[in-house]
Amino acid sequence: MGLKALDYETMNENVKKVQYAVRGELYLRASELQKEGKKIIFTNVGNPQALGQKPLTFPRQVVALCQAPFLLDDPNVGLIFPADAIARAKHYLSLTSGGLGAYSDSRGIPGVRKEVAEFIERRDGYPSDPELIFLTDGASKGVMQILNCIIRGQGDGVLVPVPQYPLYSATISLFGGSLVPYYLEETANWGLDVNNLRESVAQARFKGITVRAMVIINPGNPTGQCLSEANLREILNFCYQENLVLLGDEVYQQNIYQDERPFISSRKVLMDMGPPISKDVQLVSFHTVSKGYWGECGQRGGYFEMTNIPPKTVDEIYKIASISLSPNVPAQIFMGLMVNPLKPGDVSYDQFVRESKGILESLRRRARIMTDGFNSCKNVVCNFTEGAMYSFPQLRLPPKAIEAAKQAGKVPDVFYCLKLLEATGISTVPGSGFGQKEGVFHLRTTILPAEEDMPEIMSSFKKFNDEFMAQYEDNWNRSRM
Amino acid sequence: MRRFVIGSARNLIESSRQKYQFERSILSSPYRFLSSSPAADSPSSSSSSSSTMAHPVSLNTINPKVIECEYAVRGEIVTLAQKLQEEIQTKPDAHPFEEILYCNIGNPQSLGQQPITFFREVLALCDHPAILDKSETQGLFSADSIERAWQILDQIPGRATGAYSHSQGIKGLRDTIAAGIEARDGFPADPNDIFLTDGASPAVHMMMQLLIRSEKDGILCPIPQYPLYSASIALHGGTLVPYYLDEATGWGLEVSELKKQLETSRSKGITVRALVVINPGNPTGQVLAEENQKAIVEFCKQEGLVLLADEENVYVPEKKFHSFKKVSRSMGYGEKDIALVSFQSVSKGYYGECGKRGGYMEVTGFGADVREQIYKVASVNLCSNISGQILASLVMSPPKVGDESYESYSAERDGILSSLARRAKTLEDAFSKLEGVTCNKAEGAMYLFPRIDLPEKAIKAAEAAKKAPDAYYCQRLLAATGIVFVPGSGFGQVPGTWHFRCTILPQEEKIPAIVTRLTDFHKSFMDEFRG
Repeated sequence: MGLKALDYETMNENVKKVQYAVRGELYLRASELQKEGKKIIFTNVGNPQALGQKPLTFPRQVVALCQAPFLLDDPNVGLIFPADAIARAKHYLSLTSGGLGAYSDSRGIPGVRKEVAEFIERRDGYPSDPELIFLTDGASKGVMQILNCIIRGQGDGVLVPVPQYPLYSATISLFGGSLVPYYLEETANWGLDVNNLRESVAQARFKGITVRAMVIINPGNPTGQCLSEANLREILNFCYQENLVLLGDEVYQQNIYQDERPFISSRKVLMDMGPPISKDVQLVSFHTVSKGYWGECGQRGGYFEMTNIPPKTVDEIYKIASISLSPNVPAQIFMGLMVNPLKPGDVSYDQFVRESKGILESLRRRARIMTDGFNSCKNVVCNFTEGAMYSFPQLRLPPKAIEAAKQAGKVPDVFYCLKLLEATGISTVPGSGFGQKEGVFHLRTTILPAEEDMPEIMSSFKKFNDEFMAQYEDNWNRSRM
Repeated sequence: MRRFVIGSARNLIESSRQKYQFERSILSSPYRFLSSSPAADSPSSSSSSSSTMAHPVSLNTINPKVIECEYAVRGEIVTLAQKLQEEIQTKPDAHPFEEILYCNIGNPQSLGQQPITFFREVLALCDHPAILDKSETQGLFSADSIERAWQILDQIPGRATGAYSHSQGIKGLRDTIAAGIEARDGFPADPNDIFLTDGASPAVHMMMQLLIRSEKDGILCPIPQYPLYSASIALHGGTLVPYYLDEATGWGLEVSELKKQLETSRSKGITVRALVVINPGNPTGQVLAEENQKAIVEFCKQEGLVLLADEENVYVPEKKFHSFKKVSRSMGYGEKDIALVSFQSVSKGYYGECGKRGGYMEVTGFGADVREQIYKVASVNLCSNISGQILASLVMSPPKVGDESYESYSAERDGILSSLARRAKTLEDAFSKLEGVTCNKAEGAMYLFPRIDLPEKAIKAAEAAKKAPDAYYCQRLLAATGIVFVPGSGFGQVPGTWHFRCTILPQEEKIPAIVTRLTDFHKSFMDEFRG
């Protein structure tokens, strides 16, 4: 036999460094157990429609008609498709370059990008340029494209919140950059303290790292916190002073479960701050059709909007996008529909509002049920899920449990989550997959299981937790009385 | 029954195509400065403290590999074409032609090719499964498309087409694809070897990511090649090791050439990691002979190279296509003998569903630890788009004899294939008649890559205009006729030779006009520059 072609030793080291716990050890074990016949509740990824959330009817009607345009010629099409869906399908087909099967502009269909710009303008009160909006096959691809531009080598650092959604750590590893962590304050509702930022940057610079960018996830993942306007101003000022490009991951902007801090976009705050900052700070904002109340994860639809990125650089980013020719066209139509919703008076409006409100209100209730359920356990402390789709309770694990984990060769929260999985079928992601302070443990679950299943899930968790604690903490049972 | 001649819907798409070309140019090209920012490549002149330091995202501070990589298919000539189109819309007499004829990109449905009805029926039903229960649906869709949709939905957990799937793609669809591969090749395929991706490009990027550790890692690529490979290698910081296809023998791939390039690069300290073969070729269109393929497989095995087989351009009128998987297995080589990654996509063939971004790679011959890493990288992006996954499975398992839709399916398919064959022949013949032009047959793929011997005077004129000679020819052609070809320099060619790539995709009724205009232009060009 000849020489070995590609083996583990000769592979790109950066690939080996990549970790993505969301579909890592816990998920793989859960899948194994599922194959063996165990009932698994997958709460490892923000995947609403996998847990019973129904797709909104109207967008599905429109896209189905776009898939099969010959239906539009059939006199009976009105029997199963409402008039406004038919009209909208015609509208989007007219914007394409030959239907769903043709490559579009590499930045996405111009007409859809215009609708995105109009949405941004309505939302923020400032005009947005469609030429600076690129549609992508999911927001993740957009994040990867932008980080690929920013990271030149190991010497380039990207500020990432801890805890964070591990797309960021994985991508930074893949591109050979340096992750510069800044810790969110769990005791202050996962708040962001600018002093933490300054400290992180100082430490990184001391190590010879050039800090180039800052990621904020607003609302947070896994933490759920919604940034206040004051916080956003601080962050933008900080980026201005330190010459950082701000990457605003705002994919959960529709998922807000409290009224004190509604969503405000980074761009709005930036524009509100006026010149010189508003004309100087570089910002890339990300959004998606996967979250919110749409939950259309499987479509892979997203966009990024660039602010204060110079024209020739935009051209380079366009060039990279053009190598993949174009983002998938059906998802672009979903994006158009999401940013350009139905209006009162449209035939399908009432149903659309009913479906949307139903989902959002239920999510709000489930956020509460889950937070309260976790907090009812003595050794669990859980901040309220202000936004996004997750709950990130802190687990206070006794020394004996930590020792047992060590014996088993596992990080304590991995140990706990595996036991939880085996006992209850609940598949979570250990907090170590997102980053946390040394010696502090969490798990991430989603608030997505069906509302009617929630009470049982929470009591199942509580039962497991009490048994786990009884096993590993002396006097656990006595102390609870 | 339920099928109507595609009337007003087709017109809708037709007019959208024409509007698209127009609007694209209106909304500014990437090579013009955007009006929202000043002319210099900096966002503002009025910033204070940080203006002394370059912004993180600016031309001289971004990743240099981004700057280095190039991709000609959507490059300069297309931008020019859009500008001209804009001019014609506003002033119809501005140019000696009424319309731009795009022959630059393999985007069949943007040029009027119709999608396969059965595939679209199934996709529409999967997009909106709520209508499957309605009796009216039976009147609008064929019975077998309804059945197939049910089948597919049953393979998706919870019938949730909007949920992220398994990171390799929905298992049931991979089963279908594996069965399709087995039926095609006569050798088994494992669904666990299949990774469904958003088109073939992300799959190529993934493999380059794994293989390239530094600029000391080389990837053997054909010249001419489809510039995804050169771009991806540049982006990942590797070295492209070119091997020249032999134009004289119909773009044959000689193992002696491979050996020569391999040795040369090794002597320069490059570790060659993989061999890219595009079969059928792009831009060259040739289908490799089986004997040739066997020699390539043997070469990779002996030299310890991963064989990256891009097989997405397969639509083969006459010459028979053999996948590299089939060839390797027929040689008795299995998992332990050869590392082979085969790329497929739904963008080409008779289905031409570019906009769907559907594709897959079949990964064989790697150890479990490497496989885990591939899975891990795929999982960071969660999964590819579900509709594209479904389409990939449909392409690998189209209607069979006896199915209700079989006749209309095969009529549509054969119609497209025979039309492509006619167009290929017409254009080949036209090119061959041009002075100084030789054109290899389009054996497969949807491209022609004629060679043009440019007179010395023309080459000098190109130099004066600071253009590559083939780019100069293409621009003059565009200006005189509205026809858009991609200069051969975008794909690579033996130095001192010139080519251009032309797709065979423009509508059949437009082909005579293309031939006439091209022929007239060429004659006057040669008259102008002939020695």
